Amino acid sequence: MIELYVLLVAMLAAAIVAIEVKDLLAAAVAMGIVGFSVAIAFILVQAPDLAIVQIVVEILAVVFFAAVLLRTTHRDSTVSRRITPVMVFPSVVFGFFVVLFGVIVAIALRELPAFGSPAMRVAGEYLAIGMEQTGAANLVASVILDFRAYDTLGEAVVLFTAVVGVLTVVRQLGRKEDKGREE
Amino acid sequence: MRGMSLIVQTVARLVAGMLFLFGCYIVLHGHLTPGGGFAGGVLIAAAYILVSLAFGSVENVEQHRYTFSSVFESMGGLGFVLLGLMGYVAGLDFLNNLWADYGTPLRLVSGGIIPLANVAISMKVGAGLFGIFLALGASRFVMKD
Repeated sequence: MIELYVLLVAMLAAAIVAIEVKDLLAAAVAMGIVGFSVAIAFILVQAPDLAIVQIVVEILAVVFFAAVLLRTTHRDSTVSRRITPVMVFPSVVFGFFVVLFGVIVAIALRELPAFGSPAMRVAGEYLAIGMEQTGAANLVASVILDFRAYDTLGEAVVLFTAVVGVLTVVRQLGRKEDKGREE
Repeated sequence: MRGMSLIVQTVARLVAGMLFLFGCYIVLHGHLTPGGGFAGGVLIAAAYILVSLAFGSVENVEQHRYTFSSVFESMGGLGFVLLGLMGYVAGLDFLNNLWADYGTPLRLVSGGIIPLANVAISMKVGAGLFGIFLALGASRFVMKD
C-alpha cells in the first residue's frame, strides 16, 4: 500500500504545479501527470475497467488542451496578480471553512469500516447472481448496463449536455458579429 | 487545420488503423473483458483525432466531419433509448435485459442487450468527443486575438 501513498503525494505535487506554473502548456502536462497517476492507482486497487477509461480519457484530455493552447496563447495572465485588501476577507472565511471541514471529516472517517471490507451487502449479491442473471462475464458491464442501467442513461445525458454546452459556447454559425457590436 | 510533419504523418498512418481496431475490440468484448462502450468509444475518437491532427484538413472537410459526428452521436443516444424502450415492447420494464438467457456465457454472443448497449454508448461517446475536438481545434471556430 506504500506505493499508493507515493502516488498520492506525486498527484498533490503535480496539482500544485499545474496551478502555480505560468506556462499553460506546462500546466496541461502537469494535469496529465495527475490523471495518469489516478490510472496507476486504479490498477493498484485492482480496477482495470476504470484504469482503461482513465488512461484513454486522460490522453484525449491532454490532446484537447494542447490543441487549444497551440492555437491561442501559452501565458496564464492570472498567476502573478496582486493581493488586494478586498480579497483578504473571503480568503480568511474560506480558510476557516476548510479547516472546519477537515476537522469534521477527520471525526467522521473514524466510523468507516476498514479498507477492503464493504459496508453494504448489495455488491456481494451482484457477485453471486450477476453472471447467471445477465449472461455477461464482465461483472462491471453487467452492473452498469443491467442492474444500474438508469445510471448509464443519465451519464449519456450528462455527456450530451456537455457536448451541447461546448458547441453553444464556441460556435460562430448563428452569431452575427457586426450586428452584435452595433447594439 | 494545418497538417504536421512527415514523421508524424508516417507514424499516424501506421497507428491509426490499429487504434480504431483496438477500440472496436474493446467495445465488442465489453461484456467479457475489462473495458466497454465508454473506453472503446474514446479510443475510436482518438483514432479520428490522430488522423485529423496529423494530416490537417480544409474547411469543407471539417464541416463534413462535423455533420458526420453529430449524426452519429444522435444515433448512439437514440439507439440506447430505443434499446430501453424494447423492454416495453416485450412486456417488461424500461431497460430490462431481453434474451439474457440465450447464448452461453463467456462467448461473444451472450449477455442479452449488454453488447448492443455497449455499441450504442461507444457511438455516442466517440462521436461526441470528436465533435468537441472539431469545435475546439478546427480553424472555423477559433477566436482571433
